[in-house]
Amino acid sequence: MTDVKLKIIDRDGVLHEIDAPTDMNMNLMEVVRSYELAPEGTIGICGGMAMCASCQCYIKSNHELPEMSDDEEAMLSEAFNVKDNSRLGCQLHISEDMDGLEVELAPEEA
Amino acid sequence: MIKTDILIIGAGPTGLFAVFEAGLLKLKCHLIDALPQAGGQCSEIYPKKPIYDIPGFPEVLAGDLVDNLMEQIKPFQPGFTLGERAETIKKLTDGSFVVTTNKGTEHHAPIVAIAGGLGSFEPRKPLLENLAKFEDNGVAYMIKDPEVYRDKKVVIAGGGDSALDWSIFLANVASEVTLVHRRNEFRGALDSVEKVQELKNQGKINLVTPGEIIGLNGINSLESVLIRKTTDAKEDITLAVDAFIPLFGLSPKLGPIGDWGLEIEKNAIKVDTFDYQTNIPGIYAIGDVNTYPGKLKLILCGFHEATLMCQSAFQKIFPDKKYVMKYTTVGGVSGFDGSKKEAPKAVVKAIE
Repeated sequence: MTDVKLKIIDRDGVLHEIDAPTDMNMNLMEVVRSYELAPEGTIGICGGMAMCASCQCYIKSNHELPEMSDDEEAMLSEAFNVKDNSRLGCQLHISEDMDGLEVELAPEEA
Repeated sequence: MIKTDILIIGAGPTGLFAVFEAGLLKLKCHLIDALPQAGGQCSEIYPKKPIYDIPGFPEVLAGDLVDNLMEQIKPFQPGFTLGERAETIKKLTDGSFVVTTNKGTEHHAPIVAIAGGLGSFEPRKPLLENLAKFEDNGVAYMIKDPEVYRDKKVVIAGGGDSALDWSIFLANVASEVTLVHRRNEFRGALDSVEKVQELKNQGKINLVTPGEIIGLNGINSLESVLIRKTTDAKEDITLAVDAFIPLFGLSPKLGPIGDWGLEIEKNAIKVDTFDYQTNIPGIYAIGDVNTYPGKLKLILCGFHEATLMCQSAFQKIFPDKKYVMKYTTVGGVSGFDGSKKEAPKAVVKAIE
């Protein structure tokens, strides 16, 4: 299998069911950008280094995801609108275990 | 008024390299940047991160790349206006521009090259209802003059280097320093973390972790903050303070450039790929700040764009001058400082 199905709720509350490739070394932030589910310049600002929180999302399904790195945890501890189910999309590498994952994009920081 | 040939807005790698390419054409450059140092994101966000796609450098730290660029452009004596944000632009009748910063510094040039990257870095503000009311009235996002806090009660929020460093510094200036952070761990230089620990043990810094500032109170100026301790037993504390300094890092904003009448698409400035000129003749946009079909936000693409931009700028400044591009291996590099770099001459000598 090379594609997984993801459900992504954008910042306007619209649900998108999309296919994400597992063989392109992509992360969730990049998938969101490739489908243009958030305007360019408002997501993935640091390019995926866990150094901004513009790709913050809330995990809505019960998938087991890889543990947070120190960098991700540190960034989220300084981000806004953080909830218990917050993750940085750029740190979530698309894998087969993610099939059916449901996430919601966090609001854009003012 | 500062006068130059090409006024570059943004001192990141693209803006810095433009100085070199302009210098080869004997054009002088001046750079404006909102950050206090050159290098843009490379210096501000990821100086210690390696970059692997700079041609000719299998691996280079972002900070080292900036140092190298500064060295490379030194002979061309660029001017810098750092720590100021380009605010307004005015086109004069002769077609040249005056760009004024937020601090009122005026720059005059026939060509403006916007190399603004993601925009100017602005402090990230916590989401608190009445925050704006207390800005400059007890709330500050950066510390310009620490003496302002002498014998005052200060609360700092944040978990990075600047929160640690200022807590340490103000511990000896303010009458009371409280540091609030969402978790127990701090992300900073090891000796800063240890120093805060020491000052905490001595009772010179009150540490509230994990905790968060959730409210601001005061009639005209800030009088107290509401801190929520997010330990297992949640607890709200009202702390009387004179000043609240949230230090949550910086985030880039396109800012005032967005109001200059330039055509904007996807938070970037549209350019013609012929010479990276914008819809306003004489204003160019290069590097991450621009967009065109097929755009890639890569440093190496910024270098290319800077090079073509300089050729076009030269033609604009000297419409009647004939010029062909010269290789540095042939022409060498003649600095404005009188320095001259060139390939050593080959020896012509018979071998007997």
